[in-house]
Amino acid sequence: MALGPYASFIVTSYALVAAVVAILIAWIAIDFRRQKARLRELEASGITRRSGRSAADIR
Amino acid sequence: MTLIDLANPTKFLSLTGRILPWLAGVTAILLTIGLYQAAMAPDDYQQGATVKIMFIHVPNAWLSMFVWGVMSLAALGTLVWRHPLADVAAKAAAPIGAAFTFLALVTGSLWGRPMWGTYWQWDARLTSVLILFLMYLGLIALWRAVDDPSRAARAAAILTLVGALNLPIIKFSVDWWNTLHQPASVLRMGGSTLDRAFLIPLLVMAVGFSLLFVTLHLAAMRNEILRRRVRSLQIMQASQQAA
Repeated sequence: MALGPYASFIVTSYALVAAVVAILIAWIAIDFRRQKARLRELEASGITRRSGRSAADIR
Repeated sequence: MTLIDLANPTKFLSLTGRILPWLAGVTAILLTIGLYQAAMAPDDYQQGATVKIMFIHVPNAWLSMFVWGVMSLAALGTLVWRHPLADVAAKAAAPIGAAFTFLALVTGSLWGRPMWGTYWQWDARLTSVLILFLMYLGLIALWRAVDDPSRAARAAAILTLVGALNLPIIKFSVDWWNTLHQPASVLRMGGSTLDRAFLIPLLVMAVGFSLLFVTLHLAAMRNEILRRRVRSLQIMQASQQAA
């Protein structure tokens, strides 16, 4: 697969898209873990939802 | 499970927890196929290999508008029906839409330099997409500026609906004004002008990126529901400590 004289523009475009998508995925995954950890901390300190169900019990 | 059941955040979390791994898997497979087809696509007779940028630029450009459309529907859900997940959906979509719009602008710029001889031109299409990107940033700032999520949701919903006026301007800018950006070649009256060798990889990539958006959006909505649970428990904790 020869990319010709403008290979740097093509490679930069694909690399940038890959990087931004990777950042989005990582950001969402880290945020999920952070929210679950906060919920567990709050429940461990005795604060529970009115329904009595665990807020951190999520797949 | 009916659609009404999804209005319940607990049921939404349970359902999305089950479907997200499958959705992510199908997205990865489609994007892999699309990337392979893009790599194998022939060079364009005028553009040469730079036509490969189209396979990532166009899906991102479509999604930049589609995500604002999704947020506009969610804004209606917030203002008219006060749907419990509508503002969650709107807030979760904004950063993802901003990322797609950023990628559309930058990949377009990288495609423009070898083809047009310039990274940027203040023509109607490019300028209206830049305005869309700035509106995404404004919306994200608005969500962060207001502490109470329900108050922020109403303000953001109004801004979203006003911003939706920009969508037809973006779509028809290439017809209404004389632009450096080419007119529509896929979604146009009379059918696509693209050869199948380019159209098929482009459509596979577009479906793959659309599923990527759905996957990321559902995951970000789950995070937002958890964030609101954290907030309500923190408020309960503060009121218990004050009592």
